[in-house]
Amino acid sequence: MKKKNKTELWIALCAIALVYIVVFILEKTVNSGHILFTVLKKGAIYSLVAVSMNLLNGFTGLFSLGQAGFMLIGAYTYAIFTMPAAVKATDQVYKYYVCAIPFDTGIFVGLICAGLAAALFAALIGLPVLRLKSDYLAIATLGFAEIIRAIFQWDALGPITNGANVMREYKDLTDVTIPFTDIPFPPTLYVFLATGICIALIMLLINSSYGRAFKAIRDDEVAAEAMGINLFKHKEMSFVISSFFAGVSGALLAMYQYTVQAAQFKSAMTYEILLIVVIGGIGSISGSCIASFLYIAASEWWLRGLDMGKFLGIDSATIFRSGFRKFVFSIIIMVIVLFFSRGLMGDREISFRGLAGLFQRKPAPADAAKGGGTDA
Amino acid sequence: MLEFLHSNLSYILSGISVGGQYALIAIGYTMVYGILRLINFAHGDVFMCAGLMMVYLSASLPMMISIPMVLILTVVLGFLIERVAYKPLRTAPRMSVMISAIGVSYLLQNAALYFTGGLAKVYPTIPWLSDTVTIWDSTTKMVTVVTPILTLVLVILLSLLIKHTKVGMAMRAVSKDFETSQLMGIKIDAVISVTFIIGSFLAAVGSMLYFTNYASVTPVSGGMPGLKCFVAAVFGGIGSIPGAVIGAFIIGICENIIKGGSSIFGISGSGWTTFSDAFTFALLIIILVVKPTGLFGEKATDKV
Repeated sequence: MKKKNKTELWIALCAIALVYIVVFILEKTVNSGHILFTVLKKGAIYSLVAVSMNLLNGFTGLFSLGQAGFMLIGAYTYAIFTMPAAVKATDQVYKYYVCAIPFDTGIFVGLICAGLAAALFAALIGLPVLRLKSDYLAIATLGFAEIIRAIFQWDALGPITNGANVMREYKDLTDVTIPFTDIPFPPTLYVFLATGICIALIMLLINSSYGRAFKAIRDDEVAAEAMGINLFKHKEMSFVISSFFAGVSGALLAMYQYTVQAAQFKSAMTYEILLIVVIGGIGSISGSCIASFLYIAASEWWLRGLDMGKFLGIDSATIFRSGFRKFVFSIIIMVIVLFFSRGLMGDREISFRGLAGLFQRKPAPADAAKGGGTDA
Repeated sequence: MLEFLHSNLSYILSGISVGGQYALIAIGYTMVYGILRLINFAHGDVFMCAGLMMVYLSASLPMMISIPMVLILTVVLGFLIERVAYKPLRTAPRMSVMISAIGVSYLLQNAALYFTGGLAKVYPTIPWLSDTVTIWDSTTKMVTVVTPILTLVLVILLSLLIKHTKVGMAMRAVSKDFETSQLMGIKIDAVISVTFIIGSFLAAVGSMLYFTNYASVTPVSGGMPGLKCFVAAVFGGIGSIPGAVIGAFIIGICENIIKGGSSIFGISGSGWTTFSDAFTFALLIIILVVKPTGLFGEKATDKV
């Protein structure tokens, strides 16, 4: 049994390595302006935040809707920390304020700080909020996300957050270099590496004794408490860790977008992430990853035609006008929610033995095999 | 004190008016929650859809026809949402119903975005409601005066309905105990449908009053009022109708006082407006921590 598990681990590692190699080769061969890279980068970032939400909703049973707020904290912390001091001194970005943070840090430090800032806020918020039950918790975390957004747009904090104005000129994906050299790091590969490491950390957490405690809390709080699990401590831990990774993914999103603004992180964003988690299956990490790549690919690439007046060769500018894509999308999501409430994966993970079984009976669907390698 | 009231009357008046509008929406939340234990995230969007229907209907029909049409169509919308999105999930875990509610909210918003093209639509002026009146030297719209009165009348009617009719009795029974009332022969689906119909009707009335004040409808203009009204319902004790009304008035008034903060308290800076939304949620968190059952809520005991 043990040996079999080990071989499976090796297969998984090989598959992940293969994905990284494929990304690397793609990046060297395909024109960097191709939409594929948008999908890959954004999909990877969203899969990180979806997995972090899944850690809360799917594994600890805490229905939290604060993800956008923590991403906002992460994105802003990253932008503030990595914006070069020279830019801060001029009125290029801080037009109406004098920047209060005169130093700047590297990208790696910025990412870590983004996560830590989000985690710190989460720890504070968690103290009152985590004592609440299911839907009260949802609405309270949603409320906190709104409060965070209001605070970041407050003009009294302008010297730090630049008020409601756009943050830019910080270090983005094109500024990433291979350590100790000046050679630019392939951006898509960088996003994949960063999110891959984070997701691997979350997986390790879930498979640890803490993770088992989380699952016990999800299944039955009273029973878990009777077994000696400190409810509040574990809930707080799950909340803080999830927020840490949401913060990191917010920072990555900021890196990817070149500009960032508080107005972007509305509750609609949290809903989007929640729907990704649902599509993938609540309680399945690989499901969340597959779903976020599918979601981003569909909304940015495959269904683009629905907005542009031409879809599947049908040319109709009156039906296929701006906004139709999202409309179709939300109908698809409703169908999934109502009829396939377990999502793509349910609460199972992709296992290579399962895939092999699939191969023997019939050829496996191509995208499942691809998705399995991504970050599973 | 009188001097203070006089100089800031416009804020207080608009606070009372917004409070009344919130109250009408909050009732929808509190009734649905009382019966289904579900935060109907789509309720705010139903309210927004009622606003949009008014815009489109009044463009082609006279006002006297479009007002009842809006009421009817909104009720139909609320009914359909319940039948399509919530009824199939009656036995599913509560989380999936809530996710379904979020999905409906997302769907309604995106549908509105598509049909309006994302532009803010100008709300038609409803003849008598949009007239200006002057009360104690502050000019305001007729709707400001009408709202609290109309709200109170509707709430009293609703209370009578719940206390003295058969369907009201069924509602109270269902909200006390879902399963037992089913065993007692109450047609649960009918009761739930009635709840949604009443909620949507009040939301439609609320939307007419609300958008007459704000003059434009956008696909996202239902989101914030919706959440605030839910907070109002929680504040008053979820499941309790008088609680929801009082909570809504408190939130409406406080919000407008904060908006007028710079002139009322003499604090400079425009930043206070940013916090009028945040205040609502701060209030929510305080009430949830201090008194989770709200002002008038009943103490719930968990059976193990």
